[in-house]
Amino acid sequence: MNARTIRFTLNGGPATAEIGTHQSLVEVLQQRFDLFGARESCAQGLCGCCTVLVDGKAVSGCLFLAVFADGAHVETVEHLGAGERLDPVQEAFIEAGAFQCGFCTPGFVLMTRQLLDEKPDPSDAEIGHYLSGNLCRCGTYPQIVEAVRLAAKKRKA
Amino acid sequence: MTTTISPGGQVGRSVPRLEARAKVTGRAEYVHNLRLPGMLYGKIFRSRTAHGRIRRLDVAAARAMDGVQSVITAEDVRRVIPDPYYGPAFHDQPILAIDKVRYVGEPVAVVLAADPHIAEAAAHLIVAEYEELPAVFDEREAMTSTAIVHEVLRPAGTFPDLKHLEGRTNTNIALDFHLRQGDVEAAFAAAEHVFEHTFRTQQVLHVPLEPFVSLADATPSSVTIHTASQSPSFVRIEIARLLRWPENRVRVKTLHLGGGFGAKLYIKLEALVVALSLLARRPVKVALSMEEQFYTITKHASTFRIKSAVAKDGRVTARHCEVLWNGGAYADIGPRVTQKSGFTAAGPYDIPAVSIDSYALYTNLPPAGALRGFGIPQLVWAYESHTDLVARALGIDPLTFRRKNLLRNGRPQATGTIMRDAEIEAVLERLAARLDWNRPFDRGAGPVKRGRGIAIGFKASIAPTTSIASVAIHADGSCTLSCGTVDMGQGSDTAMAQIVAEVLNLDAEAVAVIHPDTDVTPYDMATLGSRSTYHMGNAVRLAAEDARDKIAALAASLGLPPGSNLSLAELFRRKYGMQAGTIIGTGSFIPSYSPPDHSTGLTENATPFWMIGATGVELEVDTETGHVQVTRLVNVADAGRAINPRIVETQLSGASIMQLGFTLFERMNFDKGQVTNASLADYKIPGMHDLPLAIESEFVPAEQHGGPFGAKGVGESATFGVSPAIANAIHDAVGVRLMALPLTPEAVYRAIRAAADDPLGEA
Repeated sequence: MNARTIRFTLNGGPATAEIGTHQSLVEVLQQRFDLFGARESCAQGLCGCCTVLVDGKAVSGCLFLAVFADGAHVETVEHLGAGERLDPVQEAFIEAGAFQCGFCTPGFVLMTRQLLDEKPDPSDAEIGHYLSGNLCRCGTYPQIVEAVRLAAKKRKA
Repeated sequence: MTTTISPGGQVGRSVPRLEARAKVTGRAEYVHNLRLPGMLYGKIFRSRTAHGRIRRLDVAAARAMDGVQSVITAEDVRRVIPDPYYGPAFHDQPILAIDKVRYVGEPVAVVLAADPHIAEAAAHLIVAEYEELPAVFDEREAMTSTAIVHEVLRPAGTFPDLKHLEGRTNTNIALDFHLRQGDVEAAFAAAEHVFEHTFRTQQVLHVPLEPFVSLADATPSSVTIHTASQSPSFVRIEIARLLRWPENRVRVKTLHLGGGFGAKLYIKLEALVVALSLLARRPVKVALSMEEQFYTITKHASTFRIKSAVAKDGRVTARHCEVLWNGGAYADIGPRVTQKSGFTAAGPYDIPAVSIDSYALYTNLPPAGALRGFGIPQLVWAYESHTDLVARALGIDPLTFRRKNLLRNGRPQATGTIMRDAEIEAVLERLAARLDWNRPFDRGAGPVKRGRGIAIGFKASIAPTTSIASVAIHADGSCTLSCGTVDMGQGSDTAMAQIVAEVLNLDAEAVAVIHPDTDVTPYDMATLGSRSTYHMGNAVRLAAEDARDKIAALAASLGLPPGSNLSLAELFRRKYGMQAGTIIGTGSFIPSYSPPDHSTGLTENATPFWMIGATGVELEVDTETGHVQVTRLVNVADAGRAINPRIVETQLSGASIMQLGFTLFERMNFDKGQVTNASLADYKIPGMHDLPLAIESEFVPAEQHGGPFGAKGVGESATFGVSPAIANAIHDAVGVRLMALPLTPEAVYRAIRAAADDPLGEA
């Protein structure tokens, strides 16, 4: 098994880990850093439960090899709302009741943030397009769309 | 006992989920996240044969691999659990396959290693050879097949209506349920019209996004099981039975569940991890992959033959239903589905003569159990498609035809049970009003045709089942609720807190609800069949009332006048002289119930309450591609009085979206019993792009007598009508009738071509 040491920025702070080159980013985040917000479900990059931001871009943490995080800025859902105040996207998800079991929620929250960073006033088609890579088996989509609209409003306020 | 809702009270308020902050920050606790010191991971080696005798099992190479702690087979399991067969209805499922395998994907051996990658790599080195046996896959063939899945039937003894099956051989029928009401034969003989149709449903999967996961930490004298389970009490009882230990040596704990939908019921991985931990003497975690979920539990495929006698005036005078349920290789809860859903197979209609034959069948497919509706969606698919076909044949508007035959409160259902608090009529009328059914409908132009359809279904609750809860008032006046209901996303923690808060005059947000832990939380039958709001809700209300009475008694013992507004903290301080003490209120609830007569299926009291759900759709069919776009989907349900209106509404829309997947595209494909699409790449579940353009959900004003504050269950109700409403709307749009799910573009297009006398050749 090939081991490598990676150094990267994790949620704003420096991080170092000795990892196997076969290990995915989500596995390393869980096992080495006790960050469980990104979680593996389909293991094929199709459900979005493992979404992590790498250099500001959403990736599927189950397919993204940890070794490629070397030198990158990695941000997980735990970095949002770490202080007293939640991120407006998180607030909007709570206010719109936009989750049930919550397993997919961190992925939707991160993807919504990326959407609103790029398109502060998204159309319904853009919401559908950005969130089509995230699955919610509880079927909370109508409330999630409502949360995205609410978050857009909150960010402008 | 009467209870009233105070203005601005806790019941009826859309309290945000208690765990909302934890869920949006990624900090909610799931068993998925759990690790224990010294823990091993287990990876399962599975059968590649649908039915075969195990001739050779060679684990030597796996055992020799660097980093492998051990490889466990059925023989090893028997050293710690001599009779390792489990199941809620039949003790038919071995922890690991013994002598033979009965479906592709059945667990045969397990590799244990500290590194899950090593365990997985080693599992690939195991070799098994089988003597192939004839297999049976189709439920219709299973009725008469000479391929027999189980040599001898082993009913668990829990259910009296299974006892007659003990020791039966040479059959695949795991339960036959029969209902006979009125003179069906005479009614058919006298009928003006007779209609008969056969409808089928496909095998589908729950797909909770948190796949099955269980972790056991065993010592020779006790075991703790951390498991993503909907039924911790059942797990404890069944593991205690397998180990021949008292219940108090088995502790079962759950956390939040990343979805359940009926998958995580009874025993799934729990018996396996207990055996593994006892053998390895270390904690063992087994976490399934998405693919492995396809080999664990599914929803019954079914074939439903329905026949109706109709009088000149459009009244249905008799109905015969024959339902075959494809239960797969192990019974799981299939026999309960067969009976508990079977008795409603004639639909929410007032039909004087009804006969029902419902059969649970073993086949060589992955086992089938409960999936959000407990068999009801399969039944409603058939009887509401049939209802529309009959109405069309008679030239009667489908809404008018339903109104004419509707089962109303005060009238007997097919079992003979008199309907009460079942707002079937109100639900149907509200749906019709929302759809503006009497207005002219735009039928589209060019190749895209528009249509609309409705469907309504009903479901009985699972009875008789017990829930027990306790409410603790601490010395500072704060409050903790202990109940075994598992919050898997349905919002039960929040709803139960609201009930406590209502009784004790607190804010719901101030009530702490502890996760189920069988050492701490009292018995609860299980979180299934939309039973919790009613059953556990009542137990919780009783527990809170008991605590309230004890607080009053404490106040009286201190000489305080009734209604004194002394704070709870001060009350405790006066009693104990310092911040000390606890008041514990308990509540236990089991509704009344009369089991159906074994030969006639009749009973005066079939269920404590009825769930009602109706769906209406408007859609477009592209006649050149068969593509269906649902433009509007309307769900109306009877939820009794909603404890938390927003969560109820989300349950309704969510259930209908899940059922939309089962209706339009989800299907497990098989080749000789091997699932060929066991991944989310090949088995598609609904995403953002699959939604109807508009979804509306509402519940009618209603009150369930005997329910806590008038409430009842609602988690399944919006699954009932979706499939037939869509098939009815497709028929309305393009004049073709689909008799089998799913309603894929290919199926729709083939039907359009066939109807135009220009059938499409096979691909």
